[in-house]
Amino acid sequence: MRKTWKSKGYFCLIGLVAAVTLGTLILIIGFILIRGLPGITVEFLTEKPKMMGKEGGVFPVIIGTIYVTLISIVIATPIGVAAAVYFSEYAKKGVLMHVIRFFTEVLAGIPSIIFGLFGFAFFVVFLGMGWSVLSGGLTLSMMILPTLVRSTEESLKTVPMAYREGSLSLGATKWETVVKVVLPCCGPGVLTGLILGIGRAVGETAAVMLTVGGSLVLPVSPLDSARTMAVHLYTLASEGLSDEKTYATAALLIIIVLVINSLANYISGRLTKE
Amino acid sequence: MADKEKAFEIRGMNLSYGTFQALKNIDIDLYKNDITALIGPSGCGKSTFLRSLNRMNDLVEGCRIEGEILFDGKDIYGKEYDIIALRKKVGMVFQKPNPFPKSIYENIVYGPKLHGQKKKEVLDEIVERTLTEVGLWEEIKDRLNKSALGLSGGQQQRLCIARCLAVEPEVILMDEPTSALDPVATTKIENLVQELAAKYTIVTVTHNMQQAGRISNRTAFFLSGEVLEIDDTRKLFTNPSNPKTEEYITGRFG
Amino acid sequence: MKIREKVIERLILLCAAVSVAAVALITIFIFSSGGPVLAKYGVLRFIFGNDWSPTSGSYGILPLIVGTLGVTLGALVIGIPTGLGCAVFMAEMVKSRLAKLFRAAIELLAGIPSVVYGFFGLEIIVPAIRDYLLPMARKLDPDVPGSGFSVLAGAIVLAVMILPTIVSISENAIRAVPKEFHEASLALGADKRETIIKIILPAAKSGILSSIILAMGRAIGETMAVLMITGNMVKVPTSPLDPAATLTGTIAMEMSYAAPEHQNALFAIGIILFIMIIALNGIAQMVAKRFGGETA
Repeated sequence: MRKTWKSKGYFCLIGLVAAVTLGTLILIIGFILIRGLPGITVEFLTEKPKMMGKEGGVFPVIIGTIYVTLISIVIATPIGVAAAVYFSEYAKKGVLMHVIRFFTEVLAGIPSIIFGLFGFAFFVVFLGMGWSVLSGGLTLSMMILPTLVRSTEESLKTVPMAYREGSLSLGATKWETVVKVVLPCCGPGVLTGLILGIGRAVGETAAVMLTVGGSLVLPVSPLDSARTMAVHLYTLASEGLSDEKTYATAALLIIIVLVINSLANYISGRLTKE
Repeated sequence: MADKEKAFEIRGMNLSYGTFQALKNIDIDLYKNDITALIGPSGCGKSTFLRSLNRMNDLVEGCRIEGEILFDGKDIYGKEYDIIALRKKVGMVFQKPNPFPKSIYENIVYGPKLHGQKKKEVLDEIVERTLTEVGLWEEIKDRLNKSALGLSGGQQQRLCIARCLAVEPEVILMDEPTSALDPVATTKIENLVQELAAKYTIVTVTHNMQQAGRISNRTAFFLSGEVLEIDDTRKLFTNPSNPKTEEYITGRFG
Repeated sequence: MKIREKVIERLILLCAAVSVAAVALITIFIFSSGGPVLAKYGVLRFIFGNDWSPTSGSYGILPLIVGTLGVTLGALVIGIPTGLGCAVFMAEMVKSRLAKLFRAAIELLAGIPSVVYGFFGLEIIVPAIRDYLLPMARKLDPDVPGSGFSVLAGAIVLAVMILPTIVSISENAIRAVPKEFHEASLALGADKRETIIKIILPAAKSGILSSIILAMGRAIGETMAVLMITGNMVKVPTSPLDPAATLTGTIAMEMSYAAPEHQNALFAIGIILFIMIIALNGIAQMVAKRFGGETA
């Protein structure tokens, strides 16, 4: 009898832990949304910030975020997909492949502040790009590369060997086979990686702060400095300028990230169902 | 038989995967417009042999080939030989139907498009001709733009044959083309293969001896990586010269 | 045709090698910027020095290392049992549909940007410590200093942030334990709790261990959240309620206004951080490999 009581207590405890975890998630999201949603108005989305963000909207910040993110995925996607194609279609088992694989893993583990330091030293200073959308986009593209490689490679693995054989037997070259038969099967996988990459780029702060800077002026050229949503949230929060604007920015950021992640979940879920 | 033209001449061929020798000292000829059946117990190397005729074994890491395989008199493993041109002339149909996840139309024109055919009228004509040749045209002419994956297994396999014909090959290699199909679909494919023999050279692997007897006019018996006997199908089945062949075709092993 | 294929193959190899180039460039630039300071100042003096006052040329980062380790350790103390609890909950206790729902929640947790975590900590955890915990502590010892910005606040928020890493890898490890182990243990008269504690968890220990090491790496490398809530006081913390500064937070904060030599000192911190993370990831990979070998 004592044994079952002990067991029950144990499972209650685990259930409690799980509930607390779920509760924390709900608390974080709920708290920020409830306090932030009222601040997200049309004016907030479409107007320039006034008095360093204390009043006005976040329009240039939204544009800056999109700009930086776009540059990063435009650069990272072709490279990431090609790298995945290398691993799955071209690489022969050997030292070279292991070395490349190892470095891809290392790249995935490097913390964002190190990327920030590097982006600052290399893109901003060494290459003379200054604090700019381009410096940030390039830095972010390195950060999201491993994600893209991984998810593309996963979906390349699911393409049946028979498709490749069929194509080759008709006289297609390896590259023609990859482009015309194999990659078209991997759309959802590439898309999942892409969306996860976007999510990471949108939420990234430390690396962006050191490479894009914090200008509140609407960026036009890729060499302009800008401010992303995440950096804006950090600045507002640490300077305590306006509770309303801070919460609205946080809520906006959370909504974007939630939408992006649900999208990725949905697509990869459909992928595994098929 | 001596007056027949040779399609393939295989001379002293050895094939190994790493340390495992899969084919030993193969020395046979395959003739034009024959249907040659390759039989033997599983693991005897008949599929490996078939796949070396259009160099599909190149895909396997650690696969080494010695000796010569001459196609139209040229060594297909020679340094200068163009694999793409070889695969255009030597088509292949696989064990499991493997249409691409594209429309029926796209499946057929895949090969011709690769090889530079861009004209819509020509492609349309190819689709109709090849589908008619495999007896699918009437069945599916109204849904050419539907996915090929929606067809039944037998239809898929005939589509794959049509896809192969669209490249206008001289030889068609078939790797147990009916093993994944039901009896009705199997019969259709068997009849089709016999019709095709008028225009093409066919080499087919089969584990089904009745099938070999029904459709082929020459048969090669493989055992443990060697060709023990190759002869006229009727002769091989009624009066084999090797006792092992007799044991196998009478069902004593395999 | 053949030449085109060859060129394409080279190009693809080149794209794959971008990660090698990236890691190499990162290493070169971090080390060449920070190396001179380390060499001039002395590695040991840099690491074990107790005084960080860049304006007067004093670069001792011991307080930062202790701050980082303190926050990380605290996060692990809270995060490991919670994460393992969740993993057991998902893998052993609930039906697959509920587990799926829970997994989606954990993935959401992983997707929240660290600056949002930092903001959450700033608005909820720090005030909670200031308004509830500190008054209680002061009842025991009226001299307890503090404002809520503390190692504890950082540890709590980091614990939530490392949960997804611990939960997902541990859950996979637990699920990879063969069903036969389960049945054998139950057949011997053990109940479910004993089976989980004595059979399942030990069998999954390598996977769990590698999840913890990866989580530790994540905690050490995390920047924004800790920057916003630990108080950034460069002084060795002596209690969880003390404020502290971390390696990452110091880099992020001081980079914007640092003079050239100060900047290079921040890069030198980057070197230390880089080495710590690479070492941890290396260990995690080794553990994971052993884990793979055990089950195969």
